[in-house]
Amino acid sequence: MTARPEGLPSDKLPVGGAMRVMGSETEYGIHAPSAPGANATMMSARIIQAYANLTRQRAAGGAETRWDYTDEEPLHDARGWTVERSAADPSQLTDRPPVLDAEAVALAYGRQELEADGSDESGSLLMNMVLGNGARLYVDHAHPEYSSPEVTNPRDIVAWDAAGDLVALATVRKVAADPELPSINLYKNNTDNKSVSYGSHENYLMPRSVPFGDIVRGLTPFFVTRQIICGAGRLGIGQDGSTPGFQISQRADFFEAEVGLETTIRRPIINTRDEPHATADKYRRLHVIIGDANLSQVSNYLKFGTTALVLSLIEAGQAPKIEVHEPVAGLQAISHDTSLTATVRLLDGRRVTALDIQWMYYEAAAKLAQETGVSDSFSGDGHTRDVLERWESTLGLLGSNPAGAAGSVEWLAKMSLLDGYRNRDGVEWNDARLGLVDLQWSDVRPEKGLYYRMLSRGRMQTIVDDATISRAVAEPPSDTRAYFRGKCVSSFGKDVVGASWDSVIFDVPGIGKLQRVPTREPLRGTEALTGQLFRKHATAGAFLRELLGLDPAPPPGPQAG
Amino acid sequence: MAAQEHQQPQSRDVEVDTDAPEAPPAAPEAQASVATQGVDDLLDEIDGVLESNAEEFVRAFVQKGGQ
Repeated sequence: MTARPEGLPSDKLPVGGAMRVMGSETEYGIHAPSAPGANATMMSARIIQAYANLTRQRAAGGAETRWDYTDEEPLHDARGWTVERSAADPSQLTDRPPVLDAEAVALAYGRQELEADGSDESGSLLMNMVLGNGARLYVDHAHPEYSSPEVTNPRDIVAWDAAGDLVALATVRKVAADPELPSINLYKNNTDNKSVSYGSHENYLMPRSVPFGDIVRGLTPFFVTRQIICGAGRLGIGQDGSTPGFQISQRADFFEAEVGLETTIRRPIINTRDEPHATADKYRRLHVIIGDANLSQVSNYLKFGTTALVLSLIEAGQAPKIEVHEPVAGLQAISHDTSLTATVRLLDGRRVTALDIQWMYYEAAAKLAQETGVSDSFSGDGHTRDVLERWESTLGLLGSNPAGAAGSVEWLAKMSLLDGYRNRDGVEWNDARLGLVDLQWSDVRPEKGLYYRMLSRGRMQTIVDDATISRAVAEPPSDTRAYFRGKCVSSFGKDVVGASWDSVIFDVPGIGKLQRVPTREPLRGTEALTGQLFRKHATAGAFLRELLGLDPAPPPGPQAG
Repeated sequence: MAAQEHQQPQSRDVEVDTDAPEAPPAAPEAQASVATQGVDDLLDEIDGVLESNAEEFVRAFVQKGGQ
């Protein structure tokens, strides 16, 4: 549990440390080995459909809900303008439900099957679900994507992000159990090593009052270098991986700009997409696209925890005052140097390593946390101290004995496995089997995924236990609006016709028109505020009447106050 | 109400005390020695789970672009 300083309102988090409203997005690599030409969008829809079938079996009324696109604004730029739709790349138009026409479906799976099984009750293929744990599961471009529910701290993000991997696994099993369908594998990685990359994104809530220029200046040196603690490792150099070797990051070679709105082309280190999914004059949602998808829990924990700390530094005006010369080139040079000795030039003329820069951020974050009291072992926020300790010990190992971090830092774990093969079999970096090790590292099936094989041998440290992850598959976090969203879906699924990050829409017999419940404050709609309401009412009608004040004396709901 | 199919305990049977920053990772030397000791076993096990025909499998893994 999180300690709360006395007098802190229930909808505020302690500032200065690692606590923050945040969420993860994972696009999974998708592949059907027995049907290599299958349409990727169609296969992704099949995956979503599989989960819908599973949850329908589990929950009365179906724990699935359609996505509500009303508040999606992918062309809003945090620098203060909006891109014309006609000027945008089609892949940027993420606010429209993807259309999968009957022709594409028929091409991929045959017309008969479409008629028999390829659609939900309303006749359209399900592309988009809201889950009972508050997450979103949908088809994004040509990949299935799991977007975690909003959480308040890095430990919870590890749990709800790993829950997504169990959701992915459940869909793989479901499809594999159907003898009529080709089996589909899902991979938690970021490239096919043939010039294509797909993302793993992070989202952090920030006060809108922080100038965007401060965010760019404060974050860029950190993002150029944090890969040494949270890179997932990649075989091959260059976008197509054709230069033999091993590098720290899956994503580094796919970044081409310093700041920009795009996420699929000319990828920028700092992404300016500005869809707050919350009260827009108070918050911005910082959309981070530069991270690798992590299976290592420690790398994932540090990725979110240290980034949250750096955002706190930026908000306090205490980020290290450094600027990296040519950050895109620096990002790639650091990724390509597993000896951690490569240097980048700062604008003040110094040449420093990635470790040097990480230590500068660590020192500043530790100082701020001490000043604000959030890292105190008794009166602190319960998270910041642990993030700082793990960050410090990881940087220490990277500087003195990197092999000692192979049980926690993902790229080192993967590299140790590849080195094992190279030493035992005397093979070169371009050996096909090493390519398979790199790919199969991220297979979500525990019997096939090499990360999971390492985990089962006790070679990977964990942050949260199995029971916590299993619980996060079904239960939402208790301390954000994801609680309200998830509970609406799991308790009243058949009466919920749509949901999004900031709304839940009901269609309840007897209440008339559709009822859209806005949830624009991320720290309301919590269990503390709405749990009693869910426990009290067995039907959506009674629940909604009390929530919306159609009955006298409503308790505080997600929008009360 | 997590469904049984979500449980893969055989793959995650390592319990690590997560609430104890004072119980940090093993000393580097100890970890290194464990690593050397078990590496052959580990590779043998992984040989057994790798997909057959590595070259073909890796070549066929072709993705469409994403974010």
